[in-house]
Amino acid sequence: MKILYFAWLRERVGRTEEEIQPPADVTTVGELIGWLAARGEDYAHAFANPRVVRAAIDRAHVKPDTAIAGAREIAFFPPMTGG
Amino acid sequence: MSEAHPITVRLQEKDFDVAAETAALVRGRQDVGAVVTFTGICRGSDVGEPLVAMTLEHYPGMAEAEIERHVGEAARTWPLLGATVIHRFGRLVPGDNIVLVLTAAAHRRDAFAAAEFLMDYLKTRAPLWKHEDRASGSRWVDAKEADDVAAERWAAARTRRDAAE
Repeated sequence: MKILYFAWLRERVGRTEEEIQPPADVTTVGELIGWLAARGEDYAHAFANPRVVRAAIDRAHVKPDTAIAGAREIAFFPPMTGG
Repeated sequence: MSEAHPITVRLQEKDFDVAAETAALVRGRQDVGAVVTFTGICRGSDVGEPLVAMTLEHYPGMAEAEIERHVGEAARTWPLLGATVIHRFGRLVPGDNIVLVLTAAAHRRDAFAAAEFLMDYLKTRAPLWKHEDRASGSRWVDAKEADDVAAERWAAARTRRDAAE
């Protein structure tokens, strides 16, 4: 599945997007955040405070307990400041 | 909404023309009695150090989809005859237009309420992020709790309304 990063999450991770294959036991958005955070220091720094991490699956907002099965594109970003 | 009740949602880098967008929304209409126009503008200074420039990052595809969802919800809540939302992205300087919300209805109360609803939701749910440059350095803007509270009161009103029906 494709992962996209925006704003300061993008800066901390050091990439705008990547293709990943999480293991079968990573089934929710929250678990995916935990799995990504463990991949390295940059990821840990980006996901250090999950309370300010928002997520979207296939361009719709989702909650941490949302299942990731079947997702084509998952995006992570900080609280939004448009408008 | 349909061709008779046009919805326009655009994300663009270039400036928008408020008069032209308003004319396009109401052209040839006999049923529109009220058009409310909100323009969000890049402010130079609030408190503290003046802003040099602001850069708006956005999630292409999702920003449009999310704003369209908001407009659809507004159209289900109020009897709108049309709506336009244009949000800019990229580098902006103080005085630049950022966002345009137009709502058209038979009566002003619906047009005002829908415009306020759309702005409250744009501030919290549309995937855009502001990065501000000042002489002393740059930083990402933090989301405001007040904006979340503003957006949530529409949800509370909807819940009350649904319970009453």
